[in-house]
Amino acid sequence: MAAITRNQPGRFEMWRNRTANIRTAILYLLPAFIVMGIITFYPLVYQVWMSTTNYGVQNLRATAPAPADVGLTNYAQIFTGELPVAIANFSFWNVLVFNLIWTFTNVPFHVIIGVLIAVLLNVKGLWLKKFYRAIYILPIVIPTLVIATVWRNMYDADYGAINLFLAEVGKVFGISPEVFKIRWIDQVDYPIGWLPLPLSYFALLITNIWLGWPFMTIVATGALQSIPGDLYEAASIDGATPRQSFFAITVPLLRPAMIPAAVYGIVTTFNLFNLIYLLSGGGPLRKTEILVTTAYRLVNENRLYGVAAAFSVIIFFVLLGLTLLTNRITKATERYDA
Amino acid sequence: MTTQSATLPTPAAAARSKPKRELPLGKQLLYQAILLFVAFITIFPILWVVSLSLDPRDISRPTDLNLIPPGASLKAYEKVMQQPTANPVTFGELALNSLKLATGTALISTLIGVSAAYVFSRFDFRGRRLLMLMVLMVLMLPSIGTIAPLFVMLNKITVGTGPDAFNLRNSLWGVGLAIVSGALPFAIWNLKGYLDTIPRDLEEAGRIDGASYNQVFFQIILPLAVPALAVTTFLGFLSGWTEFALSWQFLTQPKDFTLSMSLWNMTGQYAGNTPWSNFAAMALLVAAPVAVVYLALQKYIIGGLTIGSVK
Repeated sequence: MAAITRNQPGRFEMWRNRTANIRTAILYLLPAFIVMGIITFYPLVYQVWMSTTNYGVQNLRATAPAPADVGLTNYAQIFTGELPVAIANFSFWNVLVFNLIWTFTNVPFHVIIGVLIAVLLNVKGLWLKKFYRAIYILPIVIPTLVIATVWRNMYDADYGAINLFLAEVGKVFGISPEVFKIRWIDQVDYPIGWLPLPLSYFALLITNIWLGWPFMTIVATGALQSIPGDLYEAASIDGATPRQSFFAITVPLLRPAMIPAAVYGIVTTFNLFNLIYLLSGGGPLRKTEILVTTAYRLVNENRLYGVAAAFSVIIFFVLLGLTLLTNRITKATERYDA
Repeated sequence: MTTQSATLPTPAAAARSKPKRELPLGKQLLYQAILLFVAFITIFPILWVVSLSLDPRDISRPTDLNLIPPGASLKAYEKVMQQPTANPVTFGELALNSLKLATGTALISTLIGVSAAYVFSRFDFRGRRLLMLMVLMVLMLPSIGTIAPLFVMLNKITVGTGPDAFNLRNSLWGVGLAIVSGALPFAIWNLKGYLDTIPRDLEEAGRIDGASYNQVFFQIILPLAVPALAVTTFLGFLSGWTEFALSWQFLTQPKDFTLSMSLWNMTGQYAGNTPWSNFAAMALLVAAPVAVVYLALQKYIIGGLTIGSVK
């Protein structure tokens, strides 16, 4: 790594260079690590300590007594769901499972739709390419906060644009507009009987597909444009059908670009606080709560700071597991390409 | 994009009897139909918000869909500019708070982050991997992941007594610190990703010519890293501008509220009697400044995001 080891003019110079190297490194790292030490690493350590106490509102003031040591009680209570303050429908395991379902149902949609549209936009001789590209970028550039609040109103049962639009379409087929008073966000009954996912999950899924695919299209477009056209020509001379070319050339050559993008998508979707908190609010009955929104509610609504700290420590380990898993996927596909 | 006519026909193509259309009309129409449908879905929410924001009728909820509402005007924007929510703050005050938070946190994390990124990108020393791993670990954790300790720690710091006492937690400074706590590791990692792609030849030449590390950093690295610095600052600005969870938890005084908090105050069950046309105008006013800059920088941003996530 170090550039200095290449030319070695003399021992003294070398020694000076080497210490200069270390001295500069320390000096340049110092500001960032002092700041992170105080506001990032220390709070993390503090959090681990907090997670073993019954830290609550009574301990907030500077002059307040220190919270009592409760050992691993907070962790046990999170896993069993018997918190010091009863929270209706609280279940760590349900949240964890929903969080995983949420992530792994979203990202495939993003990648598949993203790649298909990138391929369509890459067809030679297609009209209006620039027009479509200009429109498709919009979901990326609008802040998620705005998207979530706008869609929240769009899903409104009585005044939301989605029900109003469906009613307009329904009119054409002679369906009464009363049919389209769909309670997207707060309907408790499952829309698909055997599938224990509420309607608000599907509302979130629709919004997040709307939000997520254009990024994948941009990544895929970049990769597609670097695939040499000769490959397709050669394949077509050899008698390959377009479908065969797609699976034998396009898909394998897109893979190196799409895997990191998918990993990025998995991590982002897993922690998509703003969308879920602002759109469904985790409802109904906490059925669309993910880990980060649950942790936030423990602080914001329940003021169980000790429990919230324990919950965040658990989130840390879940994310560590997820990262190791995605790394494995990335490595496995690297081998495939080699 | 139809620049195809400029390329010379290959012998194989010339040998064909008829000059063929590049894309048969049937397929062209099919593809156009699909892409138009996708474009419609993509633009539908945006059209809805724009047309709603132009609605002059001041009714609390829309009851029909109009592309251009009857008597379209900018009245909703005027009202939002004066006082968007029931809280006694103007749009200007809210925007100034958001601007302070976003600019402050973005500049601080980029300025402090770039020197650390330089070290991680160019120096090799014992403990480098460990320090990088530490940064990566906090990067993995979302900002909500440290909200409990930051809240109780910042809450303990109070200057003065009585109603005028300054509580760090209940101030933009406290929220700013909490944002930097997550933005700084991101800035370091993002900048390191970019610096790794800058060739080393120039600095090596500079070192051979006797330049010190300081000279190399300030006169060679920083000028080359300007696009990366701009993108990192913008991404920091974007996360500060749209930050919601920390501000919502920390701030209780309306004079400190931000645009994103107010937008949520105008949404759904919180909206009360606020007309949705006001909400729509507010949403567009929050989104427009960052959306425009994002469009201008998109080429650099999207490349950088995936680079940062793998390396």
